[in-house]
Amino acid sequence: MATQHSRSAARLMMAPAVFLLLVWMLVPLSLTLIFSFKKFLPLRGDQIESGWDWVTFFPSLDWVGFANYSRFVTSSSFWPAVSTTLLIVGGVLIITVCLGILLAILLDQPMWGQGVVRILVIAPFFVMPTVSALVWKNMFLDPNNGLFSHLWRAFGAEPISFLSEAAMPSIILIVSWQWLPFATLILLTAIQSLDSEQLEAAEMDGAPVLKRFWFIVLPHLSRAITIVILIQTIFLLAIFAEIFVTTGGAFGTRTLSYLIFQRVLESQNVGLGSAGGVYAIILANIVALLLMRVVGKNLDA
Amino acid sequence: MSTKTALRAATAIALIAGGAAQAETITIATVNNGDMIRMQGYTDQFTAATGIEVEWVTLEENVLRQRVTTDITTKGGQFDIMTIGMYETPIWGANGWLVALDDMSAEYDVDDILPAMAGGLSHEGTLYAAPFYGESSMIMYRTDLMEKAGMDMPDSPTWEFIREAAAAMTDRDNEINGICLRGKAGWGEGGAFITAMSNSFGAQWFDMDWRATFDQEPWLNTLTFFKGMMDESGPAGYATNGFNENLSLFQQGKCGMWIDATVAASFVTNPNDSTVADSVGFALAPNTGLGKNSNWLWAWALAVPAGTQKEAEAKQFIEWATSKDYIELVAAAEGWANVPPGARTSLYENPEYQKVPFAQMTLDSILSADPTNSTVNESPYVGIQFAAIPEFAGIATEVSQEFSAAYAGQQTVEEALAKAQALTNDAMEAAGY
Amino acid sequence: MARSVTTRRKMINTALAWGIGLLIFFPILWTILTSFKTEAQAIANPPIFLNFDWTLENYAVVQERSDYMKFLWNSVIIAGGSTILGIIIAVPAAWSMAFVPSKATKDILLWMLSTKMLPAVGVLYPIYLLFVELGLLDSRAGLVIVMMLINLPIIVWMLYTYFKEIPGEILEAARMDGAELKEEILYVLTPMAVPGIASTILLNFILAWNEAFWTLNLTAVDAAPLTAFIASYSSPEGLFYAKLSAASTMAIAPILILGWFSQKQLVRGLTFGAVK
Repeated sequence: MATQHSRSAARLMMAPAVFLLLVWMLVPLSLTLIFSFKKFLPLRGDQIESGWDWVTFFPSLDWVGFANYSRFVTSSSFWPAVSTTLLIVGGVLIITVCLGILLAILLDQPMWGQGVVRILVIAPFFVMPTVSALVWKNMFLDPNNGLFSHLWRAFGAEPISFLSEAAMPSIILIVSWQWLPFATLILLTAIQSLDSEQLEAAEMDGAPVLKRFWFIVLPHLSRAITIVILIQTIFLLAIFAEIFVTTGGAFGTRTLSYLIFQRVLESQNVGLGSAGGVYAIILANIVALLLMRVVGKNLDA
Repeated sequence: MSTKTALRAATAIALIAGGAAQAETITIATVNNGDMIRMQGYTDQFTAATGIEVEWVTLEENVLRQRVTTDITTKGGQFDIMTIGMYETPIWGANGWLVALDDMSAEYDVDDILPAMAGGLSHEGTLYAAPFYGESSMIMYRTDLMEKAGMDMPDSPTWEFIREAAAAMTDRDNEINGICLRGKAGWGEGGAFITAMSNSFGAQWFDMDWRATFDQEPWLNTLTFFKGMMDESGPAGYATNGFNENLSLFQQGKCGMWIDATVAASFVTNPNDSTVADSVGFALAPNTGLGKNSNWLWAWALAVPAGTQKEAEAKQFIEWATSKDYIELVAAAEGWANVPPGARTSLYENPEYQKVPFAQMTLDSILSADPTNSTVNESPYVGIQFAAIPEFAGIATEVSQEFSAAYAGQQTVEEALAKAQALTNDAMEAAGY
Repeated sequence: MARSVTTRRKMINTALAWGIGLLIFFPILWTILTSFKTEAQAIANPPIFLNFDWTLENYAVVQERSDYMKFLWNSVIIAGGSTILGIIIAVPAAWSMAFVPSKATKDILLWMLSTKMLPAVGVLYPIYLLFVELGLLDSRAGLVIVMMLINLPIIVWMLYTYFKEIPGEILEAARMDGAELKEEILYVLTPMAVPGIASTILLNFILAWNEAFWTLNLTAVDAAPLTAFIASYSSPEGLFYAKLSAASTMAIAPILILGWFSQKQLVRGLTFGAVK
């Protein structure tokens, strides 16, 4: 159906979006790349001037080759940060997808007040990450006045300090709470499109619940699941506020993003942090590539 | 209404609006501490007197540091006044990023600023930030619990005594912890406390060659002692407690002793906020007999970033906010115990203020802290709970994170120290030492 | 859904779903309740659920400290402006991808998504410097542009999956009638795509509203939105749970109400093509 005319029109219509994103990607990326090969310690007086400096690759800063790259990757914090990042992303994905499927199936059942329940379930998605981290940290996980510690005491147990003794599970809990609604909603829409006659036929044939779930429901959901995973991964790789507010990166919760933040803003070593940024981009792209292979296939279907 | 009247009215409104727009507005970045929030309440009086409008950007300490540091190093110019401390001021002053406060009015009486504070807020003898309040640290303890434990607090106790007293005061069934101390990660939180404490144990951050010294005995002693005492008598989850968390615990009567900033004294003795206001005693921060007490020196101060368009107005505000008159203003409205302490000599000479129970101990603590000679052995840096070099904040935050992980039992003290040693030397190398 | 169900089973479903729903909603409910307590009641053990002296004092204190309406207005402008701008740019792009697909279409789409994976902290310094250079710091315009760019990939993708579900035959028919490209979009496609566009607008409004990294770092006073409003309550000042709750409630209430009222529209478009 596409004529030559409509093809060139289509290209024209796509141009602004593509161009803007290209600029948005290339400008910061190239600046980050340049800085990553430079010694750039602002508090030591390394400054860049406006105007010419920008065009001439900041001559006021010294080139240091790959020093920042090797320093960043040999730092004792690097590998733990990578594994923390993957652990948080993986943990939250598993929890939200599994609970999301169960919740979606439940919400699909006939019941009274379905609309209201859906409103309750969807609510955490509207809460800003900063607020949710603050509320969880202070009103629930605080070892002295938090609701959880009151609960613990009510059962005669010594309250534990969740954000230090179980920091990773706490953060995964907070983030999962925020993203469960999203997963549930997408999965629910997918379940609702399931052909109920097919299910009924299987039920008639006497197929047990688990079997029906495994052979009919799950395959039907596979596309929705990959989409949930893709979108959430994009957002989860970048989580920051939840860690900044709750642990500040202590107790083994320092993700790669957070490590970069510490290098750039806390240590004010822009060169080193920029090298970290390049690593993070590479990691994100590896994850993206893996995802795209899976999702890309599913998107065609 | 005729068209003419309408037009005239419109012109009048436009004129008023134009006039209002001409009034200068200064933007101040500040920290969400009690004294600062109180100051915001009095800003109207400043505006009424000078016609200068004030916009506040109130941020939590960590966010504030990150925001103002980024802004000053990139010459962002978002703020006309920044609230900074003794750590930032000399470094920024040396880089030429701050306006020198060397032309204050005679009435302001710049020589009245406590020498310890003025010294810490200067670079090569020039004042770059005016202290809004200054602090050292001291012991605040519950006189009633001390009595119940059958002990007497000396004016200048040792750490051994503190540990014994803490154990004696602890009453887990009634949720009373013998001692509350900062364990929270962050160089200005637990990092500041443990560094000041380590000074009294004979430890220091760097030796004369700028190498880290976490592999040496005094640091091991400091950390082992701290963790041992806190596990025995500290509150649950002390590894995440900072100043504000401990303040709230103490106010609720859940701490026997608390060693922290002297400014806290006015909060714990204020009956509106504190349930234990009438039974708080004070003593100098503890030592180990090596000649150094474990008290620090700090000031939250107001500075003007170089390059602001509103330098004159900003200075005018600083003169108002850190003046003797402002102290009088707060004293008249809220009582002498609530004025910003630790900044001016005249305050401690004021007979009214001398009646405040913690005034003398605060002054004694401040006077006994010497940033230029803070460690038992010789060290190459200035500062008590910090080393005044640009790299310190980043390094100390990571080191204190390792320490906090040890407090929480995630690793041993030895492991934490080994990691601290490695990461400190690594960062110092990266900075070219 | 013509499955026959016993009342008994329906009752079990209802009880279970309500139980879980309330559990998920509880943190928000608790925050709202706490915002009406006094500070002492907020930390009481055992916790007080409903029988406390309801007070509005915390809201007054918070309002006294920072002018809520100003932050709210900035949030509305930044979230609204970036969403509208994003839609204007994304609709033609998504349209052309959906109806005139080429070999590169899918690659372009996936590349767009991958730009969202740039770690914000890694590029904060360059962006900050750029903003200083261009004089965009603490301006709503700057924030609108950044928010738009951050969410553009998601907008394009959502619209694309939506447009793809519109059957091509309708277009053919319109073309037979001699409709121009412009008319085709205006009169044939757009009406069909309205629900999809509506939910895209909603989702992106929510995402932009809740974004807390750029909004906090690139603003001070004039453009500071609600994320900055909440940033001064990040650490306790003595007893502060009730005040924190009040500030939190003020920050999330507008978007929560909007989300609830429009949840049908939001949900309808939130499929990202998950349903075939």
